[in-house]
Amino acid sequence: MNAVGLNSYLFLAFVLFLVGVMGVLTRRNALIIFMSVELMLNAVNLTLVAFARFLHSLDGQIFVFFVMTVAAAEVAVGLAIIIGIYRRSETVNVDEINLMKW
Amino acid sequence: MIDYAWLTPLIPLAGTVINGIFGRRLPKFVAGPLACLTVLCSFALSLMVFLELNAMDEGRRLAVRSVFTWIESGTIKVDFAVLIDPLSAVMLLIVTGVGFLIHVYSLGYMGHDEGYTRYFSYLNLFMFSMLLLVSAGSFLLMFVGWELVGLCSYLLIGFWYEKKSAADAGKKAFVVNRVGDFGFLLGMLALFGVFGTLDFEKVFAAVRHDSLVSPWFADHAVPVHEALAVATPLLGLPLITVICLSLFLGATGKSAQIPLYVWLPDAMEGPTPVSALIHAATMVTAGVYMVARCGALFTASPDAMLVVAYVGALTAIFAASIGLAQNDIKRVLAYSTVSQLGYMFLACGVGAFAAGIFHLATHAFFKALLFMCAGSVMHAMSGELDMKKMGALAKTMKITAVTMWVGALTIAGIPPLSGFFSKDEILWSAYSAHLNGSETGKILYALGAAAAVMTAFYMFRLIFLTFHGKSRAAPGVHPHESPPSMTVPLVVLAALSVVAGCVGVPELLGRFPLSRWFFDFLAPVTGGGHGSAPAAHAGSGAEGAVMLVSVCAAAAGILAAYWVYNARPALHDRIRERLGPVHRLVFNKYYVDEIYTFLIVEPGKWLSSRLLWRVFDAGVIDGVVNGAGYLAQGAGAVLRRFQTGVVLNYALFFVLGIIVMLYLIL
Repeated sequence: MNAVGLNSYLFLAFVLFLVGVMGVLTRRNALIIFMSVELMLNAVNLTLVAFARFLHSLDGQIFVFFVMTVAAAEVAVGLAIIIGIYRRSETVNVDEINLMKW
Repeated sequence: MIDYAWLTPLIPLAGTVINGIFGRRLPKFVAGPLACLTVLCSFALSLMVFLELNAMDEGRRLAVRSVFTWIESGTIKVDFAVLIDPLSAVMLLIVTGVGFLIHVYSLGYMGHDEGYTRYFSYLNLFMFSMLLLVSAGSFLLMFVGWELVGLCSYLLIGFWYEKKSAADAGKKAFVVNRVGDFGFLLGMLALFGVFGTLDFEKVFAAVRHDSLVSPWFADHAVPVHEALAVATPLLGLPLITVICLSLFLGATGKSAQIPLYVWLPDAMEGPTPVSALIHAATMVTAGVYMVARCGALFTASPDAMLVVAYVGALTAIFAASIGLAQNDIKRVLAYSTVSQLGYMFLACGVGAFAAGIFHLATHAFFKALLFMCAGSVMHAMSGELDMKKMGALAKTMKITAVTMWVGALTIAGIPPLSGFFSKDEILWSAYSAHLNGSETGKILYALGAAAAVMTAFYMFRLIFLTFHGKSRAAPGVHPHESPPSMTVPLVVLAALSVVAGCVGVPELLGRFPLSRWFFDFLAPVTGGGHGSAPAAHAGSGAEGAVMLVSVCAAAAGILAAYWVYNARPALHDRIRERLGPVHRLVFNKYYVDEIYTFLIVEPGKWLSSRLLWRVFDAGVIDGVVNGAGYLAQGAGAVLRRFQTGVVLNYALFFVLGIIVMLYLIL
C-alpha cells in the first residue's frame, strides 16, 4: 500500500516549490510570475496533504482547503491588479513597472 | 472648630477661582466684596479656632489634622495636614485680620483700575497661599505655600505689567526669592535624609526627645544629637548648622535680609495695598515665622543662631540708614520694613522667638497702617511718590494725618504704643542674652538701639515732609481726603497699633491680666522662659535702663527730625552739602544694586549668552536635535538604495531572507 514513501512526496513538493521560486525570480511577465506563485502554493498544499496522510490527521487536509480558498481570492484580486496595470501602462513587464520607487 | 481649620486657606481659594474665571462677567460691586467676604469668613474661622485653642489646657494646645494623604511612595508619606498650635493660630489671626482690612481698603484704592477683578483674584490667591504656609503641618506643605506666596508676590508686583519698571521689579523679586528657596529646599532635603519624615511634629519631637533616627550616612540607628553633629564637607560645620543656615538662607530671601533684601524696595512698584499686605505685613514675615517654627532646630545650633542674630541686627541698622536719605515715600517705608524684619531675626537669633513673633504682630498692624496711609496720600496727590513735592497735607487729610502720626509714633517706639513694647522686648532679650562671649549680646543691642534712633528719625522726616511745613505740591494737584472704604481700615489699624502692646508688657511695668499673655500663650511652641521673664529679677535695673534708652532714642530721633525738617527747613540742605559723599553713598543705597549687577547679574548674563546660549544651547541642545534629523536623513540616503521599485528585486530579498532564516534555525 505504502509503496511511495513520504520522502518522495516531499521531494516532489520541494522541486515544484523551487520551480515556482525560480519562475518568480527570473520571469518578467507578470502573468507568468503569478502562475509561479500558484505553483509554490500548490507545492505547499502537496506537503500538507502528504503529512496529513502519513500522520493520520485531517488537520492538514482542512488547511489545504483554506489555502485553496485564499489562493482563489488572491487570483481574483491579483488578476484585477494586473489588468489595472495593463490598462495604465500598456505592459505587464514587471521591469518596467517601478512605481514603488522612492 | 479646629477640625475645620483646613478650610481657612480654602475659602479665599474659592474666591480666586470665582473671580479668576468669571470675574470679567461679574459686576464690580459683586467681585470686590466677594473677595472681601471670603477673607472675612477665613478670619471668623481663624477666630473660632483661636478661641477653641485658647480654651484648652496649656500643655495640650496642639492639633494636627490630616485632610488626605497627598504623596505616598515607598517610605515617603506626606499628608495634606494642618498644624494648629498657638503659633499658627496667632499667625492665622494676623494674616486674615490684616488681610481683610487691606481687602476693604483695596475696594476704594483700586476702584478705578481696569484690572479690578484680576487684582482681587490675585489677592485672594495670596491669602490662600499665606494661610497654607502658616497652617501647614509639614515642611513640604509649607514649601508649597512658600512658593505660592512668591508667585503671588511676583504677580502683584508686576500687576501693572505694561510698566517696564514694574515688570522688572517682579522678575527681580522672583529671581532673588528663588535663591533663597533653593536654600530652603536643601535644608528640607537634609532634614528628610536625617529624620525620614517632613512632618513638623515628628521632626521636632525627635529633636526634643533625642530619639533614634536612621540618617542616610549611617548604616544603623543613631540618636538625633549624634546624627546632627556629624561634620559636613562644608568647612567641617556640624550638619545641624548647615541645615539651619540653609533654612535661614530661605528666610533671608523671603524676609528680605542681607544679602537678599534687594528685591523688597523694588517691590514697591506694585499697588500700595499690595505693598501693605504682602511686602510689609504678612508675606515678608514668612521667614521669621519659619525660623520661629523651627526654633527647636535652631536652638540646637548656637552658631546658626549667632548668624541669624547678626544678620538681623546688621540688616536692621543697614536698611534704616538707607531709609534716612530716600525721597520716595514708599521706599522709605520699604527700607523701614527691611529694618524691622531685621529686629525680628535679631530676636529669633538670641532665642527670643516669642519676642520676634510679637514684633511681627505689632509690625503687621503699624506697617500696614503706614503703607495704607502712604497709599491714601498717593491717592490724594494723584499718584505722587516724591516727598519733596508734598507738604502741609495735614490740613486737607485729617484722618490720614492723624493715623499716620499714630503709626509713626508706634514704629518709633514711644510708650505706651505697641511698637515700644515689642521693640523693647527684643532689645532687652538681646542685651540679656548669654551667647558665646558675654559681649556679643551687648553688640547686638547697640546695633539695635542705633537702628531705633534712625527709625524714629526717618519716620518723622517722612511725617514732617509729607504732612507739615509748606505745600510743595505741583500746580493742579488738589489733595483731598480718601473715601471711607480707605479711611475706616486706617482707623481700625491705628487702634490696633495703639492697644496691641498690652498683651506683652514687661513685668517691670507691673502685672495685670493678660500683661504677659502673648508670651505665655506662645511658650509651648517657642520654648518657655525666653524673653525678659527669666532675667527680669536678675537685672531689673538694667532692664529699666534699656527701656529708658529706647525711649530716649525714639525721642532723640523725633526731635532731630523736627529740628531739621520742620523748625529749620533750610538746615537739611546745609547738612546734605556738608555730608556730601556720605549722603550720596546712602542716597544711592550703598550702591548695593550696582555691586550686585556687576558681580552677579552681568557675569550671569555673560555666562548665559556666551556659554549657555552660544555653546550649550546652540551647540549641545540644538546639536542633538539637529543631529537626530541628520542621522535619519543619512540612514535614509543609504537605505533608499534598496528601494528600487522593481518587484522582482523585492522577491529576491524575500527569498534570500528566508534562506538566511532557515539557515539560522536549522
